[in-house]
Amino acid sequence: MQQPNSSVRFDAVTVRYAGTDRNAVDGVTLEIPHGSFTVLLGPSGCGKSTLLRTVNRLVIPISGRVYVGGADVSSLDPVALRRGIGYVIQAVGLFPHFTVAQNVGVVPSLLRWDAARIAARVDELLALVNLDPDRYRARYPRELSGGEAQRVGVARAIAAEPELLLMDEPFGAVDALVRASLQDEIAAIARRVRATILFVTHDVDEALRLADRIVVMRAGKVEQHGTPLELLARPASGYVADLLQTRDVVRRLGLLRVRDAMRPAQGTSDAYIAADASLRDALNDFLNGAQRLGVRDGEVQTGTLEFDDVRRALRA
Amino acid sequence: MSYFSAHLPLIVQLTGEHVRLVLCGLSIALLAAIPLGIAAARKPALETPVLALAGAIYTIPSLALLALAVQYAGLGFWSVVAVLAAYAQFVLVRAAAIALRSVPQRHAEAAAGLGMTALQRFLRVEAPLAMPVFLGGVRVATVASIAIATLGGYVGAGGLGSEIFYGLSRQYPEQTLAGSIPAALLAIAADAFFRLWERAARARVSE
Repeated sequence: MQQPNSSVRFDAVTVRYAGTDRNAVDGVTLEIPHGSFTVLLGPSGCGKSTLLRTVNRLVIPISGRVYVGGADVSSLDPVALRRGIGYVIQAVGLFPHFTVAQNVGVVPSLLRWDAARIAARVDELLALVNLDPDRYRARYPRELSGGEAQRVGVARAIAAEPELLLMDEPFGAVDALVRASLQDEIAAIARRVRATILFVTHDVDEALRLADRIVVMRAGKVEQHGTPLELLARPASGYVADLLQTRDVVRRLGLLRVRDAMRPAQGTSDAYIAADASLRDALNDFLNGAQRLGVRDGEVQTGTLEFDDVRRALRA
Repeated sequence: MSYFSAHLPLIVQLTGEHVRLVLCGLSIALLAAIPLGIAAARKPALETPVLALAGAIYTIPSLALLALAVQYAGLGFWSVVAVLAAYAQFVLVRAAAIALRSVPQRHAEAAAGLGMTALQRFLRVEAPLAMPVFLGGVRVATVASIAIATLGGYVGAGGLGSEIFYGLSRQYPEQTLAGSIPAALLAIAADAFFRLWERAARARVSE
């Protein structure tokens, strides 16, 4: 894409599939900031995948507009638009008659990069997703495990350095252990590629683990949109509270100690908390606007706590 | 056997003519059937009329169809080619439509989502993935065409059929066999060839 900016804006977007009498997406207005990792969260059938697919024009809204980097996608050539947007689907969709290298290099080859540049990029990407290029580049998808195939799917999506990455339940088909490691990898990749990421999932833990911002959807509408902290602490409705099991989370935080979640003391802190305090107390401080808490054991500062540390503690 | 060995050069020549009839008929058949099959797969509204028409042709006895073709194309090569091409439509159109629909949705969607044009999608993804199923149809059509092409002997188009019909009219079974046995072997060979090709294509796209 020409735009240096890959924010996404939905303006009163409504989608209705032919032959149905209900809007799959119902008047969604939403702003996805450039560079954010935004998760669309909700049960199946809530319209999250459909909303995602309006961005690369695989689904056309019956009304409303979708903007990528400020440009109305309906005014763009769909082929050029899609080549500029990375796309990962749950079913992976690796082409079985292409090698791993050909699969990863498919968008660069559509963009007519020369062969040497494609080969170099393929090796770089395989290394990035933790697959040894020498071992994997000549393999066919049938020779890969589910987790390996999904890694190749991610590599394929980011091959042409898209500034926007759409991921539709990418880890839904792999087992829990592999999923956790893929989540860590995608978080690391997200920090490195600095793309805007729109990620669809129905898995609350996955959303809390990955998202800067979570959009909770229900029956085609946005129920709540905010940071994980905001959603956990101030669910806008019983639906959001139930979905995120916020009471559960808050109770679990009440059982965890600050000293077990903190990191070594660093930087300046805008408030202090006792090492024996619970993470629930810490959550309160973050809600009141603290960015970084100094952890005190008696008079001595023994560590630092950020919201990310609370999040990590929840995973363990 | 004595007839066969005495007329070997003729049998070889007639086999060559037979192959030429079949190849020509099938090539023209494919040129028509592939676009029709694609259209039927893409537009469900087209499928029923297209298959009904091809099916209707298929139900006409081949000899009657040949008589009809001779009205327009005269005796000889092109009448037989026309019959073969028309007759193969039903099998080939249906095979093309079914083959395209057998391509898993996720591959078609991935191809679109990655930014392939409709033509790139077809050539790079859908056609290779549809190939094994389609080859099955081509195999059936080829074997049937080899049998039907023997009618060429009836209208002066040459091929192994001429031996069969001469043998029949002269009540000379050895001559009939000299036409029908090579035709049968040809059909068996074609069947084996396409089965191998089909298997290779299937192995290539297996997941």
